This record gives sequence, C-alpha cells and structure tokens, in this order.
Amino acid sequence: MAQALVKPKIPVEKQVLMTVNGNEAVAYAVKQSLVDVVAAYPITPQTIIVEKFSEFVANGEVDTVFVPVESEHSAMSACVGAAAAGARVFTATSSQGLALMVEILYIASALRLPIVMAVANRALSAPINIHNDHSDAYLMRDAGWIQLFAENVQEAYDTTIQAFKIAEDERVLLPVAVNLDGFFLSHTLENIYMLPDESVREFLGGYRRVSKVKVDYFDEEVPLALNPARPLSFGNLDLYDYYFEHKVQQVEAMKSVPEVVREVNEEWFKLTGRRYGDGIMDGYGIEDADIILLAMGSGAGTMRSVVRKLRREGLRVGLLKLRMFRPFPFKDIADKLKNAKLVAVMEKGISPGSYGPLFLEVNTALYELKERPLLVNYIYGLGGRDLVPDMVENMVKGLFKELETGLVQPRLRYLGVRE
Amino acid sequence: MLIEITWYGRGGQGAWTSSNILAMAAALDGKFAQSFPAFGPERSGAPMLAFTRISDEPIEIHSMVYNPDVVVVLDDSLISPKVLSGIKEGGLVILNYTGGQEELFKKLGETPRGVKVYTTPATRLALEILKANITNTAMLGGLMKASEIVSWSSLEKAVRERFRGAVAEKNIDLIKRAYDSTVKVR
Amino acid sequence: MAQQAGWRSLPKGGVAFRLSTDYKTGDWRALKPVIDYNKCTKCMLCWLFCPDMAIVWDGENVVVNYDYCKGCGICANECPVKAISMVPEA
Repeated sequence: MAQALVKPKIPVEKQVLMTVNGNEAVAYAVKQSLVDVVAAYPITPQTIIVEKFSEFVANGEVDTVFVPVESEHSAMSACVGAAAAGARVFTATSSQGLALMVEILYIASALRLPIVMAVANRALSAPINIHNDHSDAYLMRDAGWIQLFAENVQEAYDTTIQAFKIAEDERVLLPVAVNLDGFFLSHTLENIYMLPDESVREFLGGYRRVSKVKVDYFDEEVPLALNPARPLSFGNLDLYDYYFEHKVQQVEAMKSVPEVVREVNEEWFKLTGRRYGDGIMDGYGIEDADIILLAMGSGAGTMRSVVRKLRREGLRVGLLKLRMFRPFPFKDIADKLKNAKLVAVMEKGISPGSYGPLFLEVNTALYELKERPLLVNYIYGLGGRDLVPDMVENMVKGLFKELETGLVQPRLRYLGVRE
Repeated sequence: MLIEITWYGRGGQGAWTSSNILAMAAALDGKFAQSFPAFGPERSGAPMLAFTRISDEPIEIHSMVYNPDVVVVLDDSLISPKVLSGIKEGGLVILNYTGGQEELFKKLGETPRGVKVYTTPATRLALEILKANITNTAMLGGLMKASEIVSWSSLEKAVRERFRGAVAEKNIDLIKRAYDSTVKVR
Repeated sequence: MAQQAGWRSLPKGGVAFRLSTDYKTGDWRALKPVIDYNKCTKCMLCWLFCPDMAIVWDGENVVVNYDYCKGCGICANECPVKAISMVPEA
C-alpha cells in the first residue's frame, strides 16, 4: 500500500475504519456499488459474502434484487439475463460452484456483459477440500474474464469497487473475477478503510450506464441491452460466417484492459490514497535483484515479508506481485524480470502433465527477451497448505546456492509437500 | 513492531471472538491488526487455535503464527508443553488455571528462557459473572494484566461493538475482574 | 450479396445486427400450402400452429405469407376440415 504524497480527495480521517474479514469487505463494497441484481448460491469459503449481502437486502439497506437460485449454473445464468437487461450485477462463488458455472462463464464474456464476481479461491475436488488454492481461478482461465487477485482484505474491498468500473468501461465491456484467497483472506479479520457511500457512487458514476450499439434496423444508436421498446436479440446462433469475427472482437477487447486497469488504479489513488503498483503488478526490491519471486494473492504478502528480512541480511532478492492474471501482461512482466538472474514463479495450482499455468505465461513472456533469466516453478499451498515464512527463506537461500553452480534443475518443484 | 498472539481453546469457548475483539481494539488504537482461526471444520468442544497479529506497520504476512510473542490458553485441559511450542524468548503465557503451581509446571513442562507465565481464574469468574463457562473475555483481562497490548478505552469500545447492552457490560466487568485476579507465577 | 462485416465493425456481444425478417426463407420450400376457402371455417388453428408466423389474418381470411413459409405442412396436418393441401411448387 503506497502512501499518498498528494493529499487524497477523501483523506484517511474521512474514511470509515472497519475490522472485517475479506468476505464482509467484499459484501460492503457491493453494497456501496449500487448493484441492481445479485444472484448467487452459497458455497464455502464464499458463503459469508452472500449471507452478509442478503442481510443488507432483508434490512432494506439496498434496493438490489436478490435472486436465490438452486445452483451456480443458474446463478450465472440469472446474472447473464440481468446484465443483458442493463443491470449492474454481482455474484460470488468458489471451487465446485465455479466449476458448475463454467458453461455460462464463456457466455457472459462473449455477450460482453460486465458482471463482477468474487471468487473466494478454494481447491477443487477430489479429494474434497474446502481450503485455499488457485485451481478454481485457473479453471476459468480461458473463459474470457478479466481476473484480478487481491493480496489482503483492504485490496479485496478496493478491487471489488474498481472491478465494476473496469468491467463497464466502454473500451472493455467484459466480466471481471475478483479473486481473494479462501480463509487466508475470506475468513481473516483485518482493519480496512472504507469510503463513504457517496464517494463510491461518485467514483462509479452512479448506477450502471449501458453503452450504445448501432444495428441496421434502428436509425440511431440504441442501448446495448434487452428492452421491449427497442428489442435486441442476444445469444444468437452464429455459424462459420460470423462466429470467428465475434470471437476475435471479444479477444481484442482484452487489449484495452491494461490501460483501463491502470487508469482506475490511479483514479482510486487520487480518491483514497491507496494504489497497488500500477494496478497490474507491484514490485518490491526487483530493480537490482538477482532472484525475483513472482506470486499472486495473499501468498505474495507472506513472501514480501520474507524478502524484506533477506534484503536486510544483504541478499539481492525481490518480489513481483501480479495483480492481473487475465489479460496477461506479457511485455510488462518481461520488462520487470529481464535483469534478474533467476525467477521463481510461485503458484497455488498446477496443470497435471505440465507446469503451473502462471509459469507457462511467464515462460512465454520471457521468450521475447534476447537474454533471459533462469526460470523455476514452485507449486505451493495446494489444498490450503500453509506457506511458512521459514520455508520461503530456505527456498530463497537454496536458490542462491544453485545460482552459484549454475545448474537450476528440475524446473518444476514443490514447496511444502512430504516425500 | 509486530506482536503475534496464539490462542488455544475449544470450539465454542470463543477463542476466535476474543482474538477478533483484540484486533478491533488494536485497530481503534490506530494499529494494523489481523485475526483468524486455524481453519478447519468447527466442532464444539474440539481443540482449536486462533491467531492475532498487531503491528504499527501494514501486516503483509498471511501464514499461521509459528513463533508467538504471547500465548493464551482458554481451557485448563489444554495446558501442556505443546502450548509453548515456538514461543519467543521473553514471551508471555496466560493460562486459565486455578490449581497449585507445582502441578501447573508439571503439566506445562520446562518454560523457555525468559518466558513469563500468568494464571487467570477464568472459568470461576465466567461462571460467576456470565453464568456460563465461556472464558474468552476473562482471558482478555488476563492478557491485559500481562501486557497492555491495547488501550482500555479501545478494548471496552470493541467489546461494546461485539456484544450488546447488558451482555457487553457483563463482559467488561468480567475482563476487569479477571485483570485484578491474574497473577504472575513465573 | 454485400460484403460481410469484419470484427471491427460488427456490433458488440454478438447482438443481432439485422432483423430476421430480412431473411426470406420461402425459397426453402418444396411443397406449398394452398387454402380452400370453401372449406375454411376460420378457426385459426393454422395461424396458431405455424412455427414461422407465416400464416396471417388479413382482416377477412387467413392467408399464407409465401416469403417466409418453409412448407413444413403443419398447417395442413392440423386443419380440422382438411381445407389446406400441400401442392408441389410450380
């Protein structure tokens, strides 16, 4: 969390100090974001978000339509319908729930619906496990959603509000998944600063404003939304004569996302005094580092605390926290990592028969460089296995020894697993 | 400075609640705070852990606490050498305990260098004031006696945020009585 | 046929950019329904059953809109007085 040099528009004294867990923080963010429709189904560790939000609905604190559905497949379907009608829409899920949603996730992004979804990250079965890793986030990697990761409870709150602004930007019009680590963030109380309601509303420009579209059968541009007065047809059959063009259009929309994420990050900084690097990634000690750890989510914080300690001991080690996994910032990543001797990609998920998905992206990013750092992949924390600071410290010290010998093999490793 | 606290309790005794109250109080004091349980299926009566971190700086670390500065034990049946594992030199241990000292140290075993041990008659006071064996707030009083980690005004405010009306006042009374009854035994 | 639009100019989200009525589906037909108005009782069942809304009420009678009738024959099948016959296209 960078400290503001310029006084933010809403200085911290005017923000509301709350001690809440990550799920409650997300629920409050949604409450403040003038959301029209929430359709969700409870699943651990996300449940508190929906539970807390339904309390707001029951108490009349929001005018949101809350749709209790019978499954996550239905939840996302209801979100698609509501968003197509022009509503600002939110849902939340985890793990198996996200897996059940997958079919509709692809539809939401292809129909260019700016839905925001919190994913309290949890391992996928089997074996059944309710604890944190990033397998569920990786499951939706190719679904066409923007994927942002929060490191702490404050960032989960901030990112949820920002997500609506990013999703609804006319240059973007894509759904956003806000990832917060199950239990490590979802069930951990931290003190955060919340904005006054009216500042959030002003930041988002009030209720969702639907962008316009030009179709042959109306003389002027019409709102890109379902409306009986100006009927549009969504979700049409689209064969080999148009499907490809529509798909490319959707894919190309991702190109605008980094710019918008950076802008929103800066705007948030001016408003609140808080920003997260450039919105896409945040480096610590990477400028002169021989070894850089790359990580997403709460684990990045634990690693940074270790990196700080090792820096004090004189080791040239740095941490690059990645906040945006989709779209993947290939060029930025290569720029940040190019001077390191070794990069360790730390991640809580693996594609069996391959590496971790994040490692593959970083590998691709570094291919563009003439001289590349060595690259290793550490899989850690599967099924909620704790990332012990000592474990990270020993790992980094071991990597420095390996650098001396120059033989850095194998590339795929596990951190914290029993042989 | 970062202070790390480990709470040992049984499901239903409210270890996480007192961890939360302490975190809320620290936040009201202008500190950064974090509170979380050692996550698992929650079962009434089963041993469980909760953790609090309090710091002047933003808290980055999101792992469990392995080297606590302070250990609080809510249930005397949990007193064993295990609760001292990883405790820092000069750390504080606050136990819900009313028996003799010789017996206590037989249960607790060797205490690491500089570790200070306090006992609080939390069960007796909780039964007397709350009419229930919920020892979490009493142990907050014991903790305050060992070290005033948070200010009294913030602690009272946090208790009043967490509980309502008469329940809040009873718990504040309990914290103060527990503070007065806590003794340093090593 | 006009040049088909590329991805840069298509409306977003795959939303339909032309009306379905622009597509005259009548040339799919092999058999066409012909109504015998001497038998027709104006019960409107053909109008109700037509899946393409190709049978319309002109104010006095049901008539077939041959621009869109695909010749499926449902109307002939459903007609209770056998007033509709399917005849080969000339």
